[in-house]
Amino acid sequence: MSRFEPWTPERASEIIAQHQNQKGATLPILHALQEVFGCVPLDAEPIIAEALNISRAEVHGCVTFYHDFKREPGGRRTLKLCLAESCQASGGRALEKRAKEKLGVEMGGTTADRRVTLEPVYCLGLCHSSPAAMLDHDVYGALDEERLDELLKEAQS
Amino acid sequence: MTRIYISRDSGALCVGAEAVAKKFRDEAKSRGLDVEIVRTGSRGMYWLEPLVEVETPQGRVGYGPVKAAKVGELIDAGMLEGKAHEKCIGVVDEFPWFKNQTRLTFARCGIIDPRSIEDYRAHGGYEGLKKAIAAGPKAIVEEVLTSGLRGRGGAGFPTGIKWRTVAETPPQQKYIVCNADEGDSGTFADRMVMEGDPFELIEGMTIAGIAVGATYGYIYLRSEYPHAFETLKIAIEEARKAGYLGDNVMGSGHAYDMEVRLGAGAYVCGEETSLLDSLEGKRGEVRAKPPLPAHIGLFGQPTIINNVLSLAAVPLILDKGGEYYRDFGMGKSRGTMPIQLAGNIKHGGLYETAFGITLGELVDDIGGGTYSGRPVRAVQVGGPLGAYFPRALFDTPFDYEAFTAADGLIGHGGIVVFDDTVDMAQQARFAMEFCAIESCGKCTPCRIGSARGMELMDKIVAGEDREANLVVLEDLCDTMKFGSLCALGGFTPYPVMSALHHFPEDFGAAKKRLEAAE
Repeated sequence: MSRFEPWTPERASEIIAQHQNQKGATLPILHALQEVFGCVPLDAEPIIAEALNISRAEVHGCVTFYHDFKREPGGRRTLKLCLAESCQASGGRALEKRAKEKLGVEMGGTTADRRVTLEPVYCLGLCHSSPAAMLDHDVYGALDEERLDELLKEAQS
Repeated sequence: MTRIYISRDSGALCVGAEAVAKKFRDEAKSRGLDVEIVRTGSRGMYWLEPLVEVETPQGRVGYGPVKAAKVGELIDAGMLEGKAHEKCIGVVDEFPWFKNQTRLTFARCGIIDPRSIEDYRAHGGYEGLKKAIAAGPKAIVEEVLTSGLRGRGGAGFPTGIKWRTVAETPPQQKYIVCNADEGDSGTFADRMVMEGDPFELIEGMTIAGIAVGATYGYIYLRSEYPHAFETLKIAIEEARKAGYLGDNVMGSGHAYDMEVRLGAGAYVCGEETSLLDSLEGKRGEVRAKPPLPAHIGLFGQPTIINNVLSLAAVPLILDKGGEYYRDFGMGKSRGTMPIQLAGNIKHGGLYETAFGITLGELVDDIGGGTYSGRPVRAVQVGGPLGAYFPRALFDTPFDYEAFTAADGLIGHGGIVVFDDTVDMAQQARFAMEFCAIESCGKCTPCRIGSARGMELMDKIVAGEDREANLVVLEDLCDTMKFGSLCALGGFTPYPVMSALHHFPEDFGAAKKRLEAAE
């Protein structure tokens, strides 16, 4: 079962209305939509544009600029594996390979059972305990093969 | 009653601090022990996390790293009385790695409960703001100028001059923006402040607001830091409730309030003008300067934009005086630098010390060499845009000018250690790849140069027309360095060229030829 609500324009308008009155509201709106729907669908763009009195192109440009915003919902859980220098120095590349093999997906992919989306992240600020990862909002550091396998199991459960 | 301190910092959580805290609660309950568990930030000694500290008449005695499964055994061994154990490091304040630091910005981090404003005040918090209000805006700016504080985000621009520029603009809506988009690999000092001593940052921003007549502030926080987001929101609310934020800050008549905004995973938004565009709700594209943000910043208004560490240094400067802060350091690098030891390192963590310590002391003595036990081959200083240093340059002192002279930068103070298994040609390729992924796309040298740089590196690694392609690579790096709009494209040549110059053998190049070219 998906942890996200199904897309409806009514619900989207409701969420947008909660955030549209602050200055520079675009990012807070996009985050709020993604929190609820798991993504920012194309259909959301004209609604945001109208609410903020900006062009649809400006909204589209914004959504596509930022790595965080997705076009369709990912899996039930998102596993972000850090691929930045500190984690590279500590065996992160081998763990990346292992994670891809074990889950059977490439970076950015979602497992066939829709349980896990594997994403790259460039630094979680846990470089003192590299390699690091984040499962949804939970952080994991000092990963080795054994700890990664536990984490993958947790992600798939 | 016995007080136990366990960190809630994500650096501690990522190695199991939550399970340890839960185990202590369970054990205390089942054994009927009178124990209070205080959740703190981290002391920055991450190889000892989860570090558990017990309050004793001698001071706080530390045990670490503690595994949840070993909690019962530790209690049996008398840890609640501070008794010896193989995991015991003694009184934490006396532990050499900690004691030898000069903790100014991080004086409270790991010690207090970051969500408690009373705790913050009991440890000297809000003394700076009190003195700032009494001294008035002009004197605040003077004090910051005197301190010699330079932007800790990487560029090292004098903070006081930025403040003076905004203060001199005519009265109008002005803003304080804190750059908390700490994206550099190897850095985590901002995160530690925000999770471990958030009121320090809030106080620093409030003082900045009063100094230049800004009534509102934003912390632009990267979305990769959910724990910092949580802590900051709680702390801002507490500060508001206690009258430190709002229409009448501490009854001074000054108005200042603030909020946290989340970024969305774009590294380039750590560049100040790109950050401002992002805060305004646009694509995070870099602006051409001038105009400076100090004149035309957020929403077109005069804006102070400073890094977390710069703003967090301010309360102490106002409390103890600019001269006190200036007396630490060397040359034009005054005060302390929170240095972050990362990567393949034995003692990973935060080491705050006065400028002037050498790279070798940091990596070998304080960091203890590599975690893997293999020889250190290279260190990258200053994040993904910083240069790689070989051991031959380990006598370089940590100082803005000294690093510039060595064709590098100290950036945000992160040091990533690599052992001898590293392939420097791959690291150079990654620098180009990272730039290609994160480029905002506004200027051509960065947008196209990085993509071409990746292709070139692939050819060089494959041995395709190597000599000629190395010349093209140098030329491309020159174009990026001098033609890019901001530091992303402009500094990507640092890791690439330093890898090539110091480790030419990894590029299949003759060592002699390139050394002669230096």
